[in-house]
Amino acid sequence: MGILGWTYVFVGVTFALYIYIAWRSRVSDTKGFYVAGMGVPPVANGMATAADWMSAASFISMAGLISFLGYPGAYYLMGWTGGYVLLALLLAPYLRKFGKYTVPDFVGDRYYSNAARLVAAACTVFVSYTYVCGQMRGVGVVFSRFLEVDINTGVIIGMCIVFIYAALGGMKGITWTQVCQYCVLITAYLIPAIAISMKITGVPIPQIGFGSTIAAGHPDAGKYLLDTLNIIAKDLGFVQYTATFATVNTNMLNVLCITFALMVGTAGLPHVIIRFYTVPGVRQARASAGWALLFIAILYTTAPAVAAFARYNMVNTLNDKPYIERPQWYTNWQKPGLVAWVDKNGDGIIQYRPGAAFVGRPDFKIVDGKRALGKYGQPLLNNKITTNKNELYVDRDIMVLASPEIGGLSAWVVGLVAAGGLAAALSTAAGLLLAVSSSISHDFYYRIINPQATEKQRVLVARIFIGLAIVLAGYFGIYPPAFVAQVVAFAFGLAASSIFPVILLGIFYKKTTREGAICGMVAGILFTGIYIIQTKFMGVGNWFLGITPEGIGTIGMIINLAVTMVVSSFTKAPPEEIQELVESVRIPRGSGEATDH
Amino acid sequence: MSKDRKEYWRKNLRIMAWLLAIWAFVSYGLGIILVNPLNHIHLGGFPLGFWFAQQGSIYVFVLLILIYCKLMRKLDREYDVDE
Repeated sequence: MGILGWTYVFVGVTFALYIYIAWRSRVSDTKGFYVAGMGVPPVANGMATAADWMSAASFISMAGLISFLGYPGAYYLMGWTGGYVLLALLLAPYLRKFGKYTVPDFVGDRYYSNAARLVAAACTVFVSYTYVCGQMRGVGVVFSRFLEVDINTGVIIGMCIVFIYAALGGMKGITWTQVCQYCVLITAYLIPAIAISMKITGVPIPQIGFGSTIAAGHPDAGKYLLDTLNIIAKDLGFVQYTATFATVNTNMLNVLCITFALMVGTAGLPHVIIRFYTVPGVRQARASAGWALLFIAILYTTAPAVAAFARYNMVNTLNDKPYIERPQWYTNWQKPGLVAWVDKNGDGIIQYRPGAAFVGRPDFKIVDGKRALGKYGQPLLNNKITTNKNELYVDRDIMVLASPEIGGLSAWVVGLVAAGGLAAALSTAAGLLLAVSSSISHDFYYRIINPQATEKQRVLVARIFIGLAIVLAGYFGIYPPAFVAQVVAFAFGLAASSIFPVILLGIFYKKTTREGAICGMVAGILFTGIYIIQTKFMGVGNWFLGITPEGIGTIGMIINLAVTMVVSSFTKAPPEEIQELVESVRIPRGSGEATDH
Repeated sequence: MSKDRKEYWRKNLRIMAWLLAIWAFVSYGLGIILVNPLNHIHLGGFPLGFWFAQQGSIYVFVLLILIYCKLMRKLDREYDVDE
């Protein structure tokens, strides 16, 4: 059976499994729909959180990003894992004790204000939506690359699958499919990683192979892999792989700010926070944060190793080699345009140097319905060629997508990687869509518009809104707004500057008042939002200490905290019952009873 | 609030502060601020600062949550506030 056959087998089997699980865990009440009946064991919640958190970007793109960034790639690695320490120590146990359904629930009740509830609900919807569009697109991309179907068809298939298990089973269905999806994605990530590590260093554990010497039979055998990468980079004119703070955007202050903003942003993401409402008690909430991080760490410590192996392999098999001797994986991934070559000096040899080989993504020249070929059989391009010496275009996603072929694995592993990529994208999309729909149907419809709604009405409304949310996400997946890539900074920046500080102070600073919280949130959002719009869309330079928009959430959070505390000190202290609520949230006992309201 | 509860909360804050201090020291300290001096030391093929930034800090994060769970479980029992 060929690659395509195996891919259909793996994708088909996993999809059938997700639908079966959804059918087994269908629910009929709001508690089941929003928080899986609060009966999820910590290990399962850890796996579900890990799958919820690790998106198509973590699975497909992160290793590639690190591979081109080198050392500064650490801000993704530390930022997206360190946030779990904040979650475990500062938020999860207390929110679980509070014991309701959503993030705006806590904000609205703690700050005795529907205005605060609305601001929090709007932030939740915005943050989750910016994320979900990318996921739907990710589903389509995986489909088009592996199954040779149209991207749009892929998006629609993905929408149908998510709709079935999210609308049927709500949080319960999502939780148990996510547990299954975690197992699929981690297996799919580890098998090729172990194979490449074996091949290049002879060590079966990628985390150790990463710091080992190169095995016999490869160029530079016997030397340390990282040293070799540094020498290669230097020879070709790139920044050295382990070099620190080498460019303007990776100065120390900026690396610090981005890492911090990503950590705090991670801890403030609503779809991650609501996962901690699903466990039976406070102790389980703490434990499941630990399990979640352990499961995430397995992938996140493997990714930088894959990045280094792939970079070494790529340079050695392509650079200064004749195009006609290119490896098979190059030919395979040239088809969907993930690699391309322009022979600038006409010597038939691939030169890989710093800078972009041409402007934009590859746009192959088509003659009579076929790609026009050059002198060496390479597809010709319509793109505007740049003046630098680089001739090679490499899409960062290839570092993971081509890893089974680079590792010399057989066809079925490629099918497994496709199923893994889909599992990563679908699990994150489902979690985000539930966060969006619960914010609208629970916080907005039930808590503000129609508090008399019956249990049955509420579940129905939740199902309708999850359906609408999926259709809208699919629409953005098919017609992606040009700014999708730019708005991820927004999601983290806003989570860092609005949701995280408001919950933190709600728990740890009893005197925080309604007025303080609202002013703080608005100040944090305005500063962060305006800065990102100015620097990303209006061409203004990074005017605040040279901090890039990815890191500005750090400053937004500090502004939020400062404004909230100052305004709180001038306004009337929170009512007695709110102070008692804060007291009760701080004590683990009694979390079982507080679940219904 | 009873005296016991106050003491419980104070001890909870102390545990948190210590663990967060380690969290910040390992990631921001060893992984970013001190990365250059640490890179002169090698751990196998890894420059040490680079290792902390891309590997070590993540292991420490997992350990920190584990320790937190253990300490809080003990504290909850000691002050009779566990579930």
